[in-house]
Amino acid sequence: MSVRRLAADQPEAFAFSPENLQWAKGQIAKFPEGKQASAVLALLWRAQEQCGGWLPEPALRYIADMLGMAYIRVYENATFYTMFNLAPVGKFYVQLCGTTPCWLRDADALKSVCRRMIGAPGHVTKDGMFSWSEVECLGACVNAPVVQINKDYYEDLTPESFERVLNDLRNGKTVKPGPQDGRHSSEPFNGPKTLLNVRHSDA
Amino acid sequence: MLEDKDRIFTNLYGFLDWRLKAARARGAWDGTKAILERGHEAVIEEVKASGLRGRGGAGFPTGLKWSFMPKQSDGRPNYVVINADESEPGTCKDRDIMRHDPHLLIEGALIASFAMRAHTSYIYIRGEFIAEREVLQAAIDEAYDAKLIGKNNINGWDFDLYLCHGAGAYICGEETALLESLEGKKGMPRLKPPFPANVGLYGAPTTVNNVESIAVVPDIMRRGATWFASLGKPNNTGTKLFCISGHVNEPCNVEEEMGIPLRELVDKHAGGVRGGWDNLLAVIPGFVGAVHPGKRVRKPTHGFRQPENPEDRAWHRRRDYHGQVHRHHPRHRAPVLFLQT
Repeated sequence: MSVRRLAADQPEAFAFSPENLQWAKGQIAKFPEGKQASAVLALLWRAQEQCGGWLPEPALRYIADMLGMAYIRVYENATFYTMFNLAPVGKFYVQLCGTTPCWLRDADALKSVCRRMIGAPGHVTKDGMFSWSEVECLGACVNAPVVQINKDYYEDLTPESFERVLNDLRNGKTVKPGPQDGRHSSEPFNGPKTLLNVRHSDA
Repeated sequence: MLEDKDRIFTNLYGFLDWRLKAARARGAWDGTKAILERGHEAVIEEVKASGLRGRGGAGFPTGLKWSFMPKQSDGRPNYVVINADESEPGTCKDRDIMRHDPHLLIEGALIASFAMRAHTSYIYIRGEFIAEREVLQAAIDEAYDAKLIGKNNINGWDFDLYLCHGAGAYICGEETALLESLEGKKGMPRLKPPFPANVGLYGAPTTVNNVESIAVVPDIMRRGATWFASLGKPNNTGTKLFCISGHVNEPCNVEEEMGIPLRELVDKHAGGVRGGWDNLLAVIPGFVGAVHPGKRVRKPTHGFRQPENPEDRAWHRRRDYHGQVHRHHPRHRAPVLFLQT
């Protein structure tokens, strides 16, 4: 986790797809003339998405050239921000929150599920479907324990429901993100105690 | 308990639609033009009079902070940056604002930027909040399409609002680290002074406010500073989103009055402590004054104190900035986290 280096095996080249190139221009336009470096995180993130969840080195140089930045300025962004994966990850990349609120509600049991079903942190399963890592607070503490899989949060997990989510994803089933215990969002388990007059209006 | 009529976040749990039409039905974007017509100083004075203090945790008076921004431009633009890098463990309130009531935030951004004479505002949301980012961006697009914001909008103040995101860095919640990140650099805090109000984003005057601080402003302007100040306690006015997590029966977010006693907050909203209050080992508080009740404590923990019995006043300590500041506790947000053995 603390040592972040570029992967040994790298592709030859990288270029945005035409749609992503168009999108990138829109991102750069958000910022004043000469401040296009501000778009670097957004562009790196889109490049990571295009590459299937990790950032190859040619993408860093491609984006540096696009934004007129020194290569090292983009490299240091890629290594500083932990959401950038510098080596390939599974098709479903599980980020498991291990910070206090989740840990108190037994995130350790979810970690055991990951170790059993996926392997050690960073390991990609043979079928390429899964890899996982532990991350800092995901900011959904009243729905602990929480994992993020690709872009979605899965909340209020138990080892059983987490295992079910992973199996369903592996089998190509649709899994509804959010709380896995029937809760709607951040209201109390037994239903909201405030704003009862609006509760059922158009949920 | 705070009455429903005094709640600002009427779609906190997302049972209703977040989109513009439904948000308008709940009162968002009502009379925004008239609010702006009152003038820059009048808005700042109203926010000052409301007693609103920064909801990101430090509790600095919001109106006072706004008044530090230059009233005459020296050629540099003013910027308003909204800190949506919600990463403090136990804190998950801004997430609910952004995914369930985004139009309150967008309208607040317009009013705050008008007050501070800024035509551009950036929202910096943490990279992990991808679904929240998509909702918020869609809401911003709706506001542009309805000409509520943008150039020549119907509210009479040219205003561009851009959503930017991080990529996994807790430190970017610190305002100068956030500005570094927004400029495309590693999120490493700057030395102060100079303060952002003088030298902030791109070297221009900048004010950084928390999402909740901004999102409550439209309601303060509509209902009046007197209404807001009538809630809570002197110097700790208004309502606040609390996040109750850990070993409670029903972890939840809830909007309550500032200064609500801890026990009342937890018993009323979170179903009490799991296994009863006697079972409690520690409370890791944000706004909560340092409390360490319970007979099962084995060793003292730095920063906490242990009341002798449940009648001890620490049980009833008010949940506000005063309970907080006077304990010299390092954490200032609104999470309440419960620990048992």
